[in-house]
Amino acid sequence: MDLTTFLIQLLNALQYGLLLFLVASGLTLIFGIMGIINLAHGSFYMMGAYMAFALTSATGNLFVAILLGIALSALIGFLLEWGLFSRLYKRDHLDQVLLTYGLILVFEEIRSMIVGDDVHGVRIPEMLSASIQLSETLSYPVYRLFMSAVCIVLAVLMYWLIRHTRLGMMIRAGSSNREMVQSLGINIDLIYRLVFALGVTLAAFAGMLAAPVSSVYPGMGNQVLIICFVVVVIGGVGSVWGALVAALLIGLADTFGKVIIPDYAGLTVYLLMAAVLLWRPEGIFRRI
Amino acid sequence: MSETLLEAEGLHSFYGSSHILHGIDFVVRRGETIGLMGRNGMGKTTLIRSMLGHVRPRHGRVAVRGKTMTGSAPYLIARKGIAYVPEGRGIFPNLSVRENLLMAAKPGIDGRRDWTYERVLETFPRLGERLTNGGGQLSGGEQQMLTIGRALMTNPDVLILDEATEGLAPLIAKEIWYIVRQIRATGIATIVIDKNHAAVTSISDRNVILVKGKVAFEGSSAELRAQPELLHKHLGAG
Repeated sequence: MDLTTFLIQLLNALQYGLLLFLVASGLTLIFGIMGIINLAHGSFYMMGAYMAFALTSATGNLFVAILLGIALSALIGFLLEWGLFSRLYKRDHLDQVLLTYGLILVFEEIRSMIVGDDVHGVRIPEMLSASIQLSETLSYPVYRLFMSAVCIVLAVLMYWLIRHTRLGMMIRAGSSNREMVQSLGINIDLIYRLVFALGVTLAAFAGMLAAPVSSVYPGMGNQVLIICFVVVVIGGVGSVWGALVAALLIGLADTFGKVIIPDYAGLTVYLLMAAVLLWRPEGIFRRI
Repeated sequence: MSETLLEAEGLHSFYGSSHILHGIDFVVRRGETIGLMGRNGMGKTTLIRSMLGHVRPRHGRVAVRGKTMTGSAPYLIARKGIAYVPEGRGIFPNLSVRENLLMAAKPGIDGRRDWTYERVLETFPRLGERLTNGGGQLSGGEQQMLTIGRALMTNPDVLILDEATEGLAPLIAKEIWYIVRQIRATGIATIVIDKNHAAVTSISDRNVILVKGKVAFEGSSAELRAQPELLHKHLGAG
């Protein structure tokens, strides 16, 4: 592999890993802090991609579509937590799996009713459609660099929110002793609702961002869901920082696996998971 | 008579099917210190948790500052200036000492900010030495100080201390009692639950003894000391 190819693969790995992080960070927060196994989390990614498609078709501008999509998915997340998920906190994991699996089917059906079952594409906006020439034959698309940059900004914002704001302290405190947080006059139910809405929005946003580079197709959320659970397990349940490291590791393993051992590429991610779990059964980082 | 801050009227509470509180009346007025006593399982903690909204009473009424708040959300009751230091302390082990304090900061119900981060650290100098430590790394006494300090950060009018000295070495317990006296002197009403009855009665204005979910005695420390047989009968104290 020459240096240019290596660089391109590295950028691809980074971009894939960062996108995974956006989806997985919400999953790990909802799992780690609220104790809910949300199988429907991948559906939010699918929803976001379809929103990007439908709203771009309607408005003619991907950025406008993304802004509308963010507002819409935050609202959906807020209402879902209020109507369904808030009833699940005290239930066991079987009930959670049943409800959230059911939601996958419901969301796919709604998607089918509204947009149909066709595969769609979303065009890369004009201003980001260029490519950077790296060598005579190889180039790298600007839009992918843009995706990575946006993801890095969001990762930094998430870290700041969780680690350095009072809201972040309350969120972390809630994961260790919910009742005590309430005794300090803090409306932890509302905070959880916001965290849930944030998780949904991040997953949907990842779907919107990815729509122009991957096609938009039914069931696209399920693939993402499985790999995101791998991220959560490797990173440590509830750890946003762990999710970032794990997502980047998976991005590297998957991308370079496809280049170096193409015949067994499907295995690399799971071998990585097995290796990490042998080394650290609780994941790389401990909770929150 | 000074303002009633917290009040329970004819409270009946259950845990599952077991009837814990049998019609309890209980009042906390501004600035007073109440010793809440009774053997284990007599309903002290259940009474507190029922008043704070963590347990929904089956019958009866809870009022905070004269307003009925029976079974209200615990955070709404806490916002009325009622702070709780639970048995077992309830620090957040995954937050640093500094974060444990800062996340709780809020002005009192009349907007005053008597208790700031700086003042809490002045009151508990030991905490100042351990600001970046995780809450879980503190000793028992330090954890207790952190929980009390955190409760003070909410600028409460009523502070409830449930077994604040339990499991602490005598010297550390003494330090906690000293701090409770200081807090009392600032005019915050306190409910003190503790097995050290001598220490409780030395600071309390009024004492309530619970037996099987009913009030068996209510009176001043002098009245209680004049009837040592009560202590012996209800509390097993010599």
